[in-house]
Formats: sequence, structure tokens, C-alpha cells
Amino acid sequence: MLTYFSALTDPNMVFLRYALFAGLLAAPAFGIIGTYVVARRMTYLAGAIAHCVLGGIGAALYCQVHYGMAWLTPMLGAIVTAIAAALVIGLVSLRSRERVDSVIGAIWVLGMAAGIIFIAKTPGYIDPMSYLFGNILMITGQDLLTIAVLDVIVIGLGLLSYNRMIAVCFDEEFARLRGIRTELYTLLLLCLTALTIVLMVRVVGIVMVIALFTLPAATASHFSTRIWQMMVLATLLGLVSVAGGLSLSYGLDLPSGPTIVMLAGFFYLIVIVGKGLKNRLR
Amino acid sequence: MKITPFPVSSDLPAIQCEQLFFSYGEVPILTNVSFSIKKLDAVALVGPNGGGKSTLLKLILGLLTPQSGTIQVLGTTPQQARKKIGYMPQYLQYDTSFPVSVMDVVLMGRAGSTGLGRYSREDRRVAMQAMTELAVDGLASRPFNSLSGGQRQRILIARALACEPEILLLDEPTANVDPGVELQFFEILKALANRVTVLTVSHDLGFVSQMVSRVFCINRQVKIHPTSELTGEIIHEMYGGDVRMVRHDHCCSEQGHSHADIL
Repeated sequence: MLTYFSALTDPNMVFLRYALFAGLLAAPAFGIIGTYVVARRMTYLAGAIAHCVLGGIGAALYCQVHYGMAWLTPMLGAIVTAIAAALVIGLVSLRSRERVDSVIGAIWVLGMAAGIIFIAKTPGYIDPMSYLFGNILMITGQDLLTIAVLDVIVIGLGLLSYNRMIAVCFDEEFARLRGIRTELYTLLLLCLTALTIVLMVRVVGIVMVIALFTLPAATASHFSTRIWQMMVLATLLGLVSVAGGLSLSYGLDLPSGPTIVMLAGFFYLIVIVGKGLKNRLR
Repeated sequence: MKITPFPVSSDLPAIQCEQLFFSYGEVPILTNVSFSIKKLDAVALVGPNGGGKSTLLKLILGLLTPQSGTIQVLGTTPQQARKKIGYMPQYLQYDTSFPVSVMDVVLMGRAGSTGLGRYSREDRRVAMQAMTELAVDGLASRPFNSLSGGQRQRILIARALACEPEILLLDEPTANVDPGVELQFFEILKALANRVTVLTVSHDLGFVSQMVSRVFCINRQVKIHPTSELTGEIIHEMYGGDVRMVRHDHCCSEQGHSHADIL
């Protein structure tokens, strides 16, 4: 453990520090937006957006190499794709007569397939694994800045819309009758979800980012009777999972993304099992 | 609760429907429905399941649009009148683990009234008063999902009242309610009917017939009965004949009952 702390201050281990900063910055956004997503039962939509992001990352890498568009970073590609996927999924689920889950499934896999194709057609060795499962070695100072900006946007909008978001999540029909533009709020929530996903793609990867969304919020829901309590608790759990997971992964030489996710899952499991035992003993 | 004064004698009806047709795809739900409800009228909607009661409420709320015919609510379109309607849905499609307090739920009746969505002191006062009126103010800080079915029902009526409505639409307010509590409900609704127009959907004719002046029997069509004329015969007819109930009709002739002359 001590070596972990000394590693954090080691100038040669700057990536570890960046990963910790990224995780700590992202935790409140995950706590707030994750709570809405879990309460609204939209985890599946969040999963589709997350996976779709690979398409954007792949396209950005491809354009960088083939067209010399150096400004089109994978992060930017991820943001644009995530927002686009959120809007498409949102509009389809609000408007289309097509089966919503079929469309979401299609977006999920098509985004991933496009990403893999782009990456395969980009010269030079790019390991898709590091995007799928995260790689803290890839985090740059520039990324950290982007994460901080997105963080402020997500947390700000998430908290400003608190009352109305709850009204929409709890009973959409009633909220609409009160003159709230529920479709707008649904789209806003999806876009905030998209941005939150991008925050942590670098650290835990596309496939597992959804875990940071749902596990802390789901664990928190067992101890919360109000939405804001769930947000605070989910944020704390997120912070502990990130900090603890990174330290464990460093100490035990494990991949960091999966370790963070395992820790978040471990808390969730303990709570569920504990609750089950408590109910049985009663 | 702010009591909005309006002339009761105003000829502007609270709700007016003319030759309304509505169908889900090929299935006709309501055909040729016309009626007019005066302000401060109290009306019960009864009829078999799938007869179109909830559909009629949703048409009045502007959540559904009729294929033909017109609805006017408070002299304007349902969409525009919406904010003056307090609605209590029959089923709350809500997540039983959704962490909200009773106060949070009642305050949703005030959502959309303010710019940024912050609740003002006035919003809280109105919400609290609505709860007091339904005798659930003691539950304000309780988690909503810890309440019994009957309590929840009352909270949802309080939420509808918190909208400061001119029209109250209640979809099955006595579902999930214990018979003992039902009497309390009856008193509450009766008091409300003095200052707002109340439309209530109910299975329980015995319950509603005491508090309303008219009963609309809805089974694809709407037939209107003053409560004084309600008999087993009518009930038999509107439920399609497979309802067992004690007949205690004494005002029906041998030939049965004709609906034609009641409208």
C-alpha cells in the first residue's frame, strides 16, 4: 500500500496519477447520472451508447492517419459518437414504431463492428483491447482536461434539472401533464449519460464502463430513501472503487479497469447477500 | 389551497364532447360520444373493463387524440387546459424501489410551474395543504414505497390536488382501499366536489352514486343517468349481463328500462 502512495508521487509514474485523477473526477458524474439511469431503468440504453463509442474512436483514429486530421482525437470521436448514439436511441424510443430493443441492439453491435473495421484499416499497431477494457497508460494530460470540462457540464446539468428529472423518471405521463417537456428531459438524460460514459472509457474501457454506472447506484439504492442520498452514496462508492481498485491493481499487478469494476461489483454483491441473509434471519 | 372563484352559473361547460370517435387501430373504443359537464358537476364513470373509461380520461387530458369529433375543456383544447386538470392515474407505472419521499411525490404536482424547476416556499405550502386535506400530512417525510396501497392512493390524489386544479380526474380512487377507509375517502371526495369539477372512474357504483349527481355508463358508448335513476336493470345492461348483483329496483317497469329518454 505504501508503495502505491509513493508511486502516486513518482514522476515516472505520472499515468497512475492521471488515472486516479480521472477516476476521482468521474465519480460524481457517475453517481449523479448513474442514479437517474438506474432509477429510470435505462441501463440497457447506456450499454448501447457505451459500445457504440468504439465506432467513433475507430473513425477518429482512421481519419487521423489517413487524412492527417490530427485534431480529431479518439476522445473527440468518442464524444461525438456517444451524443449521436444517445440522440438516435432517444428519438427511436420516443418516436419510432419499430421495436425499441431491436433498434438498440442494432446500434450496439453496429457501432462496435464499425469501430473494429476502422481500427483494422488503420495502419500501425492499435490494440482494440485497450479501448474495450481500458488502459490507464493511454491517459494524457489533455484527456484529463477534457474529462474535467465534461465533468462540470454533466454535474451542473444533472443537478440543475434535479426536480424535473425526478418527476420525469418517476411518472413521465404525469410530468407531461404538468407541462414539462418530458421528451426533452429524456434526451437530455441520454446525452448526459453519453458524456459520462466518455469520461471513463479511457480508464475502464467501453465494455465495463457500464459497471461504474450501475453498480455504485444499485448498491446505494439499498440504503437510500431519497434520490439525492442515492447520488451522494453512489459517488462515495465510485470514489472508493476507483481509488481502491487502482491501488489493488498496482499492488497485485492486475489490469486496473477490471480491478476497479470487480471492487464495485464486490460491494454490490456484499450488500445483496447481506440483505438476503438479514431477511432470512428475520 | 387557493380556491379559484369562478361563476358557477357560467354557461361555459367544464368539459364538452361532441360526436367523439376513438379506436386503437381497428378496435373501436368509443363511438359517437357526446356529453357536456358543467362546472362543479360531480360525475362518475362506470362500466366494464375495456369499456373505454380510462380512454375517455386520456382524451380529456389530451394524451390521446380522437379520430373524429371535438373535446373542449374549460373552453379550450385539452392540451391547453391540461395545467388546470389534476389527474390521478389508475396504475402508477413506477419502480417500487424508486427512492422518493411522500413530499417529493406530492410536489410533483407543482413541477413545471416554475422556471428552473426549483420548488418555491409557496409550492411546498400548497403541497402540504393538499396533504392536510387528505389527512396524510403526517406521512410527508416517509418513503413513498413504504406506504400501503390505500395511503399511496391518497398521496396520488394529494398530488393531483397540489396542481390547484379546476377539474379533478380520478381513475379508480378506491382500488386497493380497505372498506373501512373507503368511507373516509367518500367524505374527502364529497368535500372536494364542492369546489372542483370531479370526474371519477369507479367499479363501485354503490360508492360513487352517493357523491355524484350523474353517472356515465361507458361501454363503447356513453349513456348518462342521473343518480336517482340508477337501478339494477341499468347496471345489468351496461355491464353486459354477467354481473351478479342484488336487484332492489323499484322504479323500473316490467318492460325494462330504456336509455333513450334519459339523455
